[in-house]
Amino acid sequence: MNIDSIHNGIVIDHIDAGRAMQIYSLLHLERLDCPVAIIKNASSSKMGRKDIIKIDADYNVNLDVLGYISPNSTVNIIKNGVRVEKKHIQLPERLVDIVLCKNPRCITTTEQEIHHIFKLTDPEKRIYRCIYCDTKAPEL
Amino acid sequence: MKHLIDILDLSVGEIDELIELAESIIAHPENYRESCKYKKLATLFFEPSTRTRLSFEAAMLELGGSVLGFSEAQSSSASKGESVSDTVAVVSGYADIIAMRHPKEGAPLVASMHASVPVINAGDGGHNHPTQTLTDLLTIKREKGHFDHLTIGLCGDLKFGRTVHSLIAAMSRYADVRFYLISPEELKLPSYVKTAYIKDKKIPYIQTTSLESCISELDVLYMTRVQRERFFNEEDYIRLKDYFILTPEKMTLAKEDLCVMHPLPRVNEISTAVDSDPRACYFKQARYGKFIRMALILKLLEANA
Ligand SMILES: [Zn+2]
Repeated sequence: MNIDSIHNGIVIDHIDAGRAMQIYSLLHLERLDCPVAIIKNASSSKMGRKDIIKIDADYNVNLDVLGYISPNSTVNIIKNGVRVEKKHIQLPERLVDIVLCKNPRCITTTEQEIHHIFKLTDPEKRIYRCIYCDTKAPEL
Repeated sequence: MKHLIDILDLSVGEIDELIELAESIIAHPENYRESCKYKKLATLFFEPSTRTRLSFEAAMLELGGSVLGFSEAQSSSASKGESVSDTVAVVSGYADIIAMRHPKEGAPLVASMHASVPVINAGDGGHNHPTQTLTDLLTIKREKGHFDHLTIGLCGDLKFGRTVHSLIAAMSRYADVRFYLISPEELKLPSYVKTAYIKDKKIPYIQTTSLESCISELDVLYMTRVQRERFFNEEDYIRLKDYFILTPEKMTLAKEDLCVMHPLPRVNEISTAVDSDPRACYFKQARYGKFIRMALILKLLEANA
């Protein structure tokens, strides 16, 4: 894979520098068979430094993960070597099954088959809280 | 209102309606004796809390309904590993309304997502206990006549006492309220509660370690237990606990119409010599708990009829 150009796939750009590996792990990109490139600390005129993830396959990315980890990132959809769509990310209102509650007294630790849901309670500080026990989502 | 899980799910208007209904029940109990005839309340108590369970059961019985349930996880299907969701899905077929107490935070919310009948949170660990807060509010309304223009002292364990946090949250929605936060340094109100319900709302408050110094200012005094296990060592506990014990001597400094409350059970934070003081409202408070639960059961069954 030539990391500069992909034919069909997506490029997640403008990721806050240092955040790419978190996105990689929360999106479970290790499960993909296709080529995946992570570029750390690329220079950016806008951000100084940024991370980039390129996935060389048609991949339906969970935008909530990006919004949670790095809300200023952008998603470029590439078809036949041409960018056909650019998606801007928003801070998601809810995180569903993205992170787990760390509170040992929370019902999510014992109840099987329950969705782990966090609600955005403070958009300014980007604070999410567990809907079951109100515990803050784990620090990034 | 389909369920009651968190006191903040209720608007001020909905709380007013519940209190109005509870007052109407207090004034004319005979009018409500058959309101829930042929209806069943299931009390699913995954951990024991005799006081709360009896209050719910008395409430349903006084409305002419009947009750069923269990009062500890050992005697229930939970001990066999059945989930909360499955338990309430089954019980929804037997009862018209559920009151659930559970040691895990959020269990009643999970229950409400899987029950086809209304679910009332009767306490989920140290998290929420909305019917206690409704009880506290009805007591304040009955004893003071209004919620606004009140100076409320909260005394004892303000750090872990969830009923205190909920009461502050609920009272902070009324006009011209002020708080005295009276606790040992170790058991101060957590800053997130202070920020969300006091500072952000620009409510005047004073933080102090001395009940004696401020008792004369108070319209309502809400006492809580200071538990030995909250302290690192016995000396600190012994040294501090007396500051937060209400005695007849301290009561001489208080206003004539002070209303002293306590969620009960008490250990020794209110001397029994205070019980005969007409300003001691904590046993009345327990009785009001039954009436507000009657109002709540009625509203929830009505809304889902
Ligand atoms: Zn939780």
